[in-house]
Amino acid sequence: MMIYFDNSATTMPDESVMDTFVKAGIRFFANPSSLHSPGMEAERLIEKAREQIAGLMKVSTDEIIFTSGGTESNNLAIKGVASFYKGRGRHIVTTMIEHPSVFEACRDLEKSGYSVTYVKPDENGIVQKKEIEQAITGETVLVSVMHVNNETGAVQPVKEIGKLLKKYPSVLFHVDDVQGFGKVPLDLQAACVDLLSVSGHKLHGLNGTGFLYKRQGVQVAPLFSGGGQERGFRSGTENVSGIASLAKAIRLLQQSDPEKTREMTGFIRGQLIKREWSIIHTPPQSAPHILHFSIPGIKGEVLVHALEKEEIIVSTTSACSSKQNKPSRILEAMNVNREHAASAIRISLSRYNTMEESVKFIDALDRIVPVLAKKRNERT
Amino acid sequence: MNYDRILIRYGEMSTKGRNRSKFTNKMKSNIKRLLADDRIQVEAQRDRMFIYLNGASFYEVKEQLLHVSGIQSFSPVVKTSQELDEMKEAALELVKRAMIGATTFKVETRRADKTFPLDTHALNHEIGGHVLRGTENVTVDVHHPNLTLVVEVRQEAVYLSCETYPGAGGLPAGAAGKAVLLLSGGLDSPVAGYMMMKRGVEIEAVHFFSPPYTSERAKQKVMDLADTLTKYGGHVRLHIVPFTHIQETIHKQVPENYTMTSTRRMMMRIADRIREQTGALAIVTGESLGQVASQTMESMAAINNVTNTPVLRPLIASDKLDIMDTARKIGTHDISILPYEDCCTIFTPAAPKTRPRTEKVQYFESFLDFEPLIEQAIRDTETIMLPKKEKEMDDLL
Repeated sequence: MMIYFDNSATTMPDESVMDTFVKAGIRFFANPSSLHSPGMEAERLIEKAREQIAGLMKVSTDEIIFTSGGTESNNLAIKGVASFYKGRGRHIVTTMIEHPSVFEACRDLEKSGYSVTYVKPDENGIVQKKEIEQAITGETVLVSVMHVNNETGAVQPVKEIGKLLKKYPSVLFHVDDVQGFGKVPLDLQAACVDLLSVSGHKLHGLNGTGFLYKRQGVQVAPLFSGGGQERGFRSGTENVSGIASLAKAIRLLQQSDPEKTREMTGFIRGQLIKREWSIIHTPPQSAPHILHFSIPGIKGEVLVHALEKEEIIVSTTSACSSKQNKPSRILEAMNVNREHAASAIRISLSRYNTMEESVKFIDALDRIVPVLAKKRNERT
Repeated sequence: MNYDRILIRYGEMSTKGRNRSKFTNKMKSNIKRLLADDRIQVEAQRDRMFIYLNGASFYEVKEQLLHVSGIQSFSPVVKTSQELDEMKEAALELVKRAMIGATTFKVETRRADKTFPLDTHALNHEIGGHVLRGTENVTVDVHHPNLTLVVEVRQEAVYLSCETYPGAGGLPAGAAGKAVLLLSGGLDSPVAGYMMMKRGVEIEAVHFFSPPYTSERAKQKVMDLADTLTKYGGHVRLHIVPFTHIQETIHKQVPENYTMTSTRRMMMRIADRIREQTGALAIVTGESLGQVASQTMESMAAINNVTNTPVLRPLIASDKLDIMDTARKIGTHDISILPYEDCCTIFTPAAPKTRPRTEKVQYFESFLDFEPLIEQAIRDTETIMLPKKEKEMDDLL
């Protein structure tokens, strides 16, 4: 049996989520904008899904914009705010550890005349509130900080930052919660969040589903021109069955305890600390499901493939960066040296993983690491 | 510490004499149906009602209770043993939960179990002292406290409560008989329905549907409105009357400036027939004097002329802005403003008579027998029971 420890890249869809997707796709296939009753039923299903999600999040239904996932939500939030409020100012504050869909969106804006400050984290990979405050200028329209880092699992102080931003009423606050949603609780009201990105395929939903929470009163310019679906914020015929499956996936989150994965990552962390060949990059008190560490001397990529032979699936950095063949931008920002960064491995668990699998993972490392180390020594 | 039960105080119901149990039983069954949770038990006593939560969440139940008509106020109650330390701890936590900023409080002890070693005075002192020590910015005021901590010592247990939530007031839905509500899809009629439900009236809603001039969405909108009303007490039956043929006939038969008056008269005749069939005693409309052409005194007289049934108009003297406020409060506003054509907005004459004369409209209608058309419409009426469980969709999500 395969041991799947790459849930931060994508999760395995829950069977009942898949079931909803298939049934809704067959039964409610009509275009929700059509006037006839099949169209109306499809629209009704979307609105019920929206009600359900809004209800669970304790927000209002008109604050949910369905999108194609985390990347689109992040782009809509960042580019949408930058464009809508450009008369207010053209400066954005974000961090050096954001996901590419935030980082590159900011890079794009720099090309079109905006300025962006990328705040450096401390060596634990955590951004400090005061550094964010120092970066704010009179021109700043948006601060974008992720909730949980996708590589290290470090939880960012979004609540403190949100409270700080109350002092700057013209600055909006976007949180990329793709890795944190359903795993690390976040009170949107207490954290004064204006925009929040969520992706379906990180929570046992399907790729191509997600939403942007947009607080009432906050405006964004849409990314797409078209038929004005999602109250004009996201044109394009709605992904009816995807949206239904997303509502299902989010409801199922309520029945699972994300802290259960902490027992497993905690066990693995403890075992790794006992072994002298590892360096852990995930600070304590991080998200329960992620553990990022290096085995210096063994390239991350080599270890990924060696573990794969044992039917254990892990990744080096984030999936979105792993093909670039560069050491992680995030570890670099944390001042991790290049050799350690090149040997980094990320495991990310979900509610479907077990303690037994965690034990097998450690056993496999114990077998593989000495062999790989020996081979390396023979080469040098 | 979890809330164990909820104490409900009656409002106007407590002025009832020998027939009070009719009202309390109605409210009990409304609450049971609304909460729909097998764990929850409801016990109606003569002057108060108890909801036994048995593990259900108070905060979820609370949201629903806020809308139940007939409730004056309610309080969550915590149960402890007769151990003084346990009582003190619970009291302190209750006060902490209920207080907002600086506050004054008093303890009110009732000692039903006279064998309890401390008397009420000593208990007030013990518990009050513990609360004072455990909090900041809290002082005792026995005359006008912001918070009253009620401690009831009984043989089997001790019950404490501190928070009180206001209820919706009025009388239990269904305790005052049944009426037919003309539900158009606009802002006023749902509010009129809500006000009658608050007075204990059970609603049979009637909607006139004119396909293909009005869309499925207009029908869905009315279903959503009726469904929203069910939050305020029990079920609502929605009768959807196919009205196209009658409207087209009026359009052909009656001079244009009288079509509106005649249309309303037909609606009233049909509503009255449905009233008879369902055993309702009155017709309720959302009319507000002078708001539109059909709601002038002359129009109402000409329209009302078709029936002797009492026509109740709870909004007759209300201003539009007040009606809109209520609509927002009860959650029908955002549904009502959805822009779908309804049967009143199609075939609208350019200049409807604001002062129609009854004899004239009678004369115009006299050339054709509308009776068979009315009977046909009633035969083809679709009846929907709300709250409708959209089971198929709910199962998917």
